[in-house]
Amino acid sequence: MIHSLFLINSSGDIFLEKHWKSVVSRSVCDYFFEAQERATEAENVPPVIPTPHHYLLSVYRHKIFFVAVIQTEVPPLFVIEFLHRVVDTFQDYFGVCSEPVIKDNVVVVYEVLEEMLDNGFPLATESNILKELIKPPTILRTVVNTITGSTNVGDQLPTGQLSVVPWRRTGVKYTNNEAYFDVIEEIDAIIDKSGSTITAEIQGVIDACVKLTGMPDLTLSFMNPRLLDDVSFHPCVRFKRWESERILSFIPPDGNFRLLSYHVSAQNLVAIPVYVKHNISFRDSSSLGRFEITVGPKQTMGKIVEGVIVTSQMPKGVLNMSLTPSQGTHTFDPVTKMLSWDVGKINPQKLPSLKGTMSLQAGASKPDENPTINLQFKIQQLAISGLKVNRLDMYGEKYKPFKGIKYMTKAGKFQVRT
Amino acid sequence: MTDSKYFTTTKKGEIFELKAELNSDKKEKKKEAVKKVIASMTVGKDVSALFPDVVNCMQTDNLELKKLVYLYLMNYAKSQPDMAIMAVNTFVKDCEDPNPLIRALAVRTMGCIRVDKITEYLCEPLRKCLKDEDPYVRKTAAVCVAKLHDINAQLVEDQGFLDTLKDLISDSNPMVVANAVAALSEIAESHPSSNLLDLNPQSINKLLTALNECTEWGQIFILDCLANYTPKDDREAQSICERVTPRLSHANSAVVLSAVKVLMKFMEMLSKDLDYYGTLLKKLAPPLVTLLSAEPELQYVALRNINLIVQKRPEILKHEMKVFFVKYNDPIYVKLEKLDIMIRLASQANIAQVLAELKEYATEVDVDFVRKAVRAIGRCAIKVEQSAERCVSTLLDLIQTKVNYVVQEAIVVIKDIFRKYPNKYESVIATLCENLDSLDEPEARAAMIWIVGEYAERIDNADELLESFLEGFHDESTQVQLQLLTAIVKLFLKKPTETQELVQQVLSLATQDSDNPDLRDRGYIYWRLLSTDPVAAKEVVLAEKPLISEETDLIEPTLLDELICYIGTLASVYHKPPSAFVEGGRGVVHKSLPPRTASNESTESPETAPAGAPSGEQPDVIPSQGDLLGDLLNLDLGPPVSGPPLATSSVQMGAVDLLGGGLDSLIGAPNFVTPPAATAPANLGAPMGSGLSDLFDLTSGVGALSGSYVAPKAIWLPAMKAKGLEILGTFTRQVGSISMDLQLTNKALQVMTDFAIQFNRNSFGLAPAAPLQVHAPLSPNQTVELSLPLSTVGSVMKMEPLNNLQVAVKNNIDVFYFSTLYPLHILFVEDGKMDRQVFLATWKDIPNENEAQFQIRDCPLNAEAVSSRLQSSNIFTVAKRTVEGQDMLYQSLKLTNGIWVLAELRIQPGNPSFTPRSCP
Repeated sequence: MIHSLFLINSSGDIFLEKHWKSVVSRSVCDYFFEAQERATEAENVPPVIPTPHHYLLSVYRHKIFFVAVIQTEVPPLFVIEFLHRVVDTFQDYFGVCSEPVIKDNVVVVYEVLEEMLDNGFPLATESNILKELIKPPTILRTVVNTITGSTNVGDQLPTGQLSVVPWRRTGVKYTNNEAYFDVIEEIDAIIDKSGSTITAEIQGVIDACVKLTGMPDLTLSFMNPRLLDDVSFHPCVRFKRWESERILSFIPPDGNFRLLSYHVSAQNLVAIPVYVKHNISFRDSSSLGRFEITVGPKQTMGKIVEGVIVTSQMPKGVLNMSLTPSQGTHTFDPVTKMLSWDVGKINPQKLPSLKGTMSLQAGASKPDENPTINLQFKIQQLAISGLKVNRLDMYGEKYKPFKGIKYMTKAGKFQVRT
Repeated sequence: MTDSKYFTTTKKGEIFELKAELNSDKKEKKKEAVKKVIASMTVGKDVSALFPDVVNCMQTDNLELKKLVYLYLMNYAKSQPDMAIMAVNTFVKDCEDPNPLIRALAVRTMGCIRVDKITEYLCEPLRKCLKDEDPYVRKTAAVCVAKLHDINAQLVEDQGFLDTLKDLISDSNPMVVANAVAALSEIAESHPSSNLLDLNPQSINKLLTALNECTEWGQIFILDCLANYTPKDDREAQSICERVTPRLSHANSAVVLSAVKVLMKFMEMLSKDLDYYGTLLKKLAPPLVTLLSAEPELQYVALRNINLIVQKRPEILKHEMKVFFVKYNDPIYVKLEKLDIMIRLASQANIAQVLAELKEYATEVDVDFVRKAVRAIGRCAIKVEQSAERCVSTLLDLIQTKVNYVVQEAIVVIKDIFRKYPNKYESVIATLCENLDSLDEPEARAAMIWIVGEYAERIDNADELLESFLEGFHDESTQVQLQLLTAIVKLFLKKPTETQELVQQVLSLATQDSDNPDLRDRGYIYWRLLSTDPVAAKEVVLAEKPLISEETDLIEPTLLDELICYIGTLASVYHKPPSAFVEGGRGVVHKSLPPRTASNESTESPETAPAGAPSGEQPDVIPSQGDLLGDLLNLDLGPPVSGPPLATSSVQMGAVDLLGGGLDSLIGAPNFVTPPAATAPANLGAPMGSGLSDLFDLTSGVGALSGSYVAPKAIWLPAMKAKGLEILGTFTRQVGSISMDLQLTNKALQVMTDFAIQFNRNSFGLAPAAPLQVHAPLSPNQTVELSLPLSTVGSVMKMEPLNNLQVAVKNNIDVFYFSTLYPLHILFVEDGKMDRQVFLATWKDIPNENEAQFQIRDCPLNAEAVSSRLQSSNIFTVAKRTVEGQDMLYQSLKLTNGIWVLAELRIQPGNPSFTPRSCP
C-alpha cells in the first residue's frame, strides 16, 4: 500500500512529506531527481520509477510533483488515481493547488492527508465526507476560531461515512432548491494537411451542481441515450436502471460533482465544427518563409464559435515572424518559438486570418518538421455529439426545485497538421 | 492568518520557546504551539526533543488538538519508545470513549506507533474494537490488524486476530468486508504459502455482494482478491463475469483495470462458441479506450496493460487503431507506448492508415520518437507482408529527407526487410549507397556493410565501397569490424578474382592487429576455411540464412499468460513477473490462467488442476512408494538372478506387493480396502497401477487385447520450466520392446534444434537404445511426436521410488531435467509364463513373510476376461481352478531383470471382487 508521499516543486525541493507507515528517508527521492534531470520537460518524467527497495509513482499537476512511495506490489493505477484525488481535494479545499497555498495551510493539509489514508489504505476520499471531518479554512472561520477557540476539526462521525449513500450527508437544508446540469463535450481531433479528419472523438461529461434539501431522488433521461455506449458513472448512479431503461436514477451528492463522463468513439462520425486553411512554406534558398492561416466554421449547427485561440510551436530555424491578423491579437516568442493568436469570435461573413512572413536563420537548410497548429474554441448551447437531455424528475421530496441544463462544446486536444 | 507563520521561527531558541508554549496554561496557546511543532515536522525538521511536552497535551477534550498530538506521536514514537509508553493509558481510555470517532482514531493511531512494547497493550483494545457495534470502528480495526502484523506477525497469530479478520469477510457492512479483504491480502502477501484468503463459492458470493456497495478503493481490493480465485467450471466463471462487468463503467480507472483483469482471466475458462464470450469481448473495448482519455500518468499504465491485452486477445481492440494515434503534445512515455501498440494492431486492413501516421511521426521533433517511428515502419513491413512494398517506398521517402538520424534508422530497418524478403527489394540499394558517407552510428554502418556484402554480386563497386570502410578499420566499433570482415569474405567468394588483395588485408587486420578475441577468432576461421577448402567456405559463409521471425518482440506465450494474471499491477507495467523484481522473492506466487473446464465434465474437475495450483509444480508431485519394497529389492540386486525363484524369494514379496498395490489402488474402484495382511504400505506406484487399472477397464475392452496398456500422455516438462520446451510423454511395450513416446512442443519464440536425451541410472537399467531423433528444427508452436526405443541394459541404481526415472533433455537453448515414474508393466517380459510344476514347487517354498494379500473391489470381469486382459500385458495364467464356486487364477510374470512374481487371484462371481490371495 502507499507508504509515503513527497511533494516536490519544479526546482527539485521537497516541501512536504507524509508517511503512513514507517518513515522512508527522503533520500529515496534522489532517484526521482535523476529521472527529472534526464527528462527534457517536466511532463516527460516517467510516472513509474523503480529504485532498489521502493517504487516511486508520481503525477505532475499544477507544477508540483506528487511522488508516492510504495514498497510492495500495489496496483499503480490505484496509487495514481489516489494522487489525482489528493490534488483534487487540495484544489477543492483551498481554491488553488500551489506550493505557497499548501505551505500556508500545512496543518490542514496534514490533517486531510491523515484522514485520506490509514496505513496506506484509503479511508475517506469523498470531498463531502472530508469536509465534515476537517472543515476547509475560510477567512470567517479563522477569525471565529481565534476568538472562540473552536477548531477546524469536526467532532461528529461523518454521517455519510457508513450509510447506504455515503456520498450524501444528512440534514441538508436550502431555502432555494436548485439543480443545474452542464453537458460539456470536448473534441479531440487530429486533422491532416489536406483537411481530412484522421481521428476525432468526443469526451463528454455531465457536471452537476445540486443544492436540494433532504434526500431527493432524481431521474434524468435523454432524447438519444443510444449515443452513450461508453460511460463512467458517479457511484450514486443506479447501474441496473441504466442497463435496463437507459435512465439515470440517483440520489445526488450535495454540491458540485461529476455525474457521468462518456466517450463517443472514433467509429461514430464526429462533426468537426471548425476548419483551418493554412499555407506555411519554407524555401531552401531564401531566408524568408510565407505564413498564412485562416480559420472558419464548419459544422456548428448555426451556433457561434468563440474563444478561439490558435497556438503553434514553430521550428527552431524560425528567428522571427512579422504577421498581420485580420482580427484579435497575436504574439510570437522568439525564445520558445511559440506563436499564439487570440482570435476571439469567428464571424462567418468575414473569416479571421493571420498572414505574413517568417524570417529564417540564414544559410540553414529548411526545417525538417512542419509546425502543428493547436486550436482552442468554445461553442455555447451545443453538444456536438447531439446528446440532449429529455427531462429531469425528482422524487422523495415535496418541494419544487429549480432545474437548469446547459450545453457546451470545447476543443480538447484539437490539432491540425501542416 | 495562515499557517505559513509557523515556518518563520527559525531563531536559535526555537525549541526552547516552543517548550514554554506547550506547557502554557492557555489552551489556545498550547494548540498554536502544537501546530508549530507539526509544521516543523512536515518539512523534515527534528522536533523530537519536545516529545514529553507534546504528549502532555494529549489528554484533552479538543479533538483537533488530540489529532495533532496523535500525528506527532506516530512520527516520533519510534525514536522515543520509552516515552511512548506514557501515551498508552490515554489510548486505552480513548478506545472506550462513547464517541465512535474517537474509538476509531485511538485504535488507528495505536497501530501506527511502531514500538514493540506498545503492541502488547494494543491487543485488548483491538480485540474489542474488532467486535465494536459501530462499523466505522470495525473497519478501522481491520486495517489495524494488518499494521500490527507488520510489526509483530507472531503476536497477531497467537492472539487469533487472523480468524477474527476472516470472520469480518462475512460482516454485514460492505466497507468492513472491503477493509478485511484488503488487510488479509496484505498479510497474505508476506506469507505466500498461508491460505488466508481461502476462497469458496460462498465467500465469493459475499465478496460480490459487497462489491456493489463499497467504496471505489474497496472495489479494487475485492476485485484483486477475486482474480485469485479459480471458478470450478465455466458456468461459475460466467456468473462471476456477469456480476463484475458493471465495474467497467466505474469512473475510477483502477477499478476498471482490476475488473478487466478478472474478466481476462475468467474468460480463459469460457468456450469461444458461447454467445456470452462474444458479448464480453465487445464490452471490454470501450472502457479500455476510455482509459486513454485520462491523465497522462494513467494513460501510461493503461497502455502498458493494453499492450499485454492486445497480445493475448487482439480481437478486442482490432477496430480501435485510431485511438492510439499520437498527439504531438503527448508526453514522450505515452508516445512510445502508443507506437508499440499501433504496430501490434497493424494488419492488412489498416496498414495504409498506420503507415501514413508513422510517416508523419518521422518528421516530428523528438529524436527518440522519430527513431522509434522509423523502426516501426520496418516492423510493419515484416509483420504485414502485403505492405512490405509500401513500407519500403515510405522508407525511401524518408531517406530522401536526408535527416541524418532518420536515414541511419531507415537503413537499419531496411536490412531487416532484406532478411525477411531476400532478393526482392535490391533495387533500392543504389539509393542506400548514396547515403554511405552520412552514416556515423555503428549500427547503421554495420547494417549498410551487411547489405553490401550480401548483395556484392549486384553492386558494381562493392569492393570500392568496402575498401573505403577498411581504411578506418581500427576506429570502428567491434560490431562494424565483424560485419566488415564477413562482408569482405562474402565479396571474395562471389568475385574471387578482383578482391584477393582486399580479403588478405582484412584478414590480417582482423587476426594480427586486433586484440578483440571475437574478431581474431572469426578472422582465423575464415582464413583457414579459405585456405583449405574454398568450397566449404562458400557453403559456410554464403549459407542460406533462416528468415527472421515476424514477431521477435512478442512476449513469450507462457510469460504472457502469467502477466495477464497480473494486469493492473507493477508487473504489468514492467512486463516482468513479480519474481523478477519483487525484493527477496517476498510474496511471489506464480499465477497461471485457469484451464478451460466445461460444466458437463465437472465430475472430473477435481483432478484437473486444483484451483490456482501452479502448473509448474506437477512434475515434482511424485506418489510415495513403500520403503520396504525398495529395500528388499535393493538387497537382491547384487547377484544376478536368472531362473530359480527360490534364490529370489526375498524379493518376491516386495515385487508382489508392488503389483498388488498397483492393481488395487487404481483398478477403477472408487473405494478399496487395504489388506491387513499387507506388510508394505498400499499406496504404491501409481503409474503402474494406472496401467493395471485400465487392463480391467471394460470400456477400453478391445484395444487392450491387442497390446499392452498405454497410459495417456502426461506433461513431464512444462514449458514454463524449460524456456518454452514442453514435453508430454508415456511409456509403451510392444512385441518385446519398450519405448518412450514423446511429444515435444516448442512454445518459445525461437527455433529449437540439437535435441538429445539421457537417463540417470535407475532401478531397472532403462536406457535409450537410440539417440533422440528430431529431424527438422522445431519452429515456434510446432509439435513433433516421436518414439524413443529403450533397452534395459543400462547401469542399475536403486531409485526412490522404485520406478522413478530421471531424464535430461538438451537442446540448443539449454539442458532441462525432469523426473517421471514409469509403469512397471512395461517391464513384464513375454516369456513370463512359468511351468505348472515349477509354479507349484515355488509357491510352496515361498516363506510367509514374502506373502501379501489384498482385495480389489467392484471389478466387473469374469475369469476369462481377466486372464486375457492380463495376458496382453504379459501377466500369464498358469492354472485355473474352481473352488466352492469361486474361480482361482494362478498367475506368473517375469520382470526384465529376471525376477519372478507369482500371484493367486480369487474371483467371486456374485460379488465382483477379486482376492488376489498372494503370491510367490
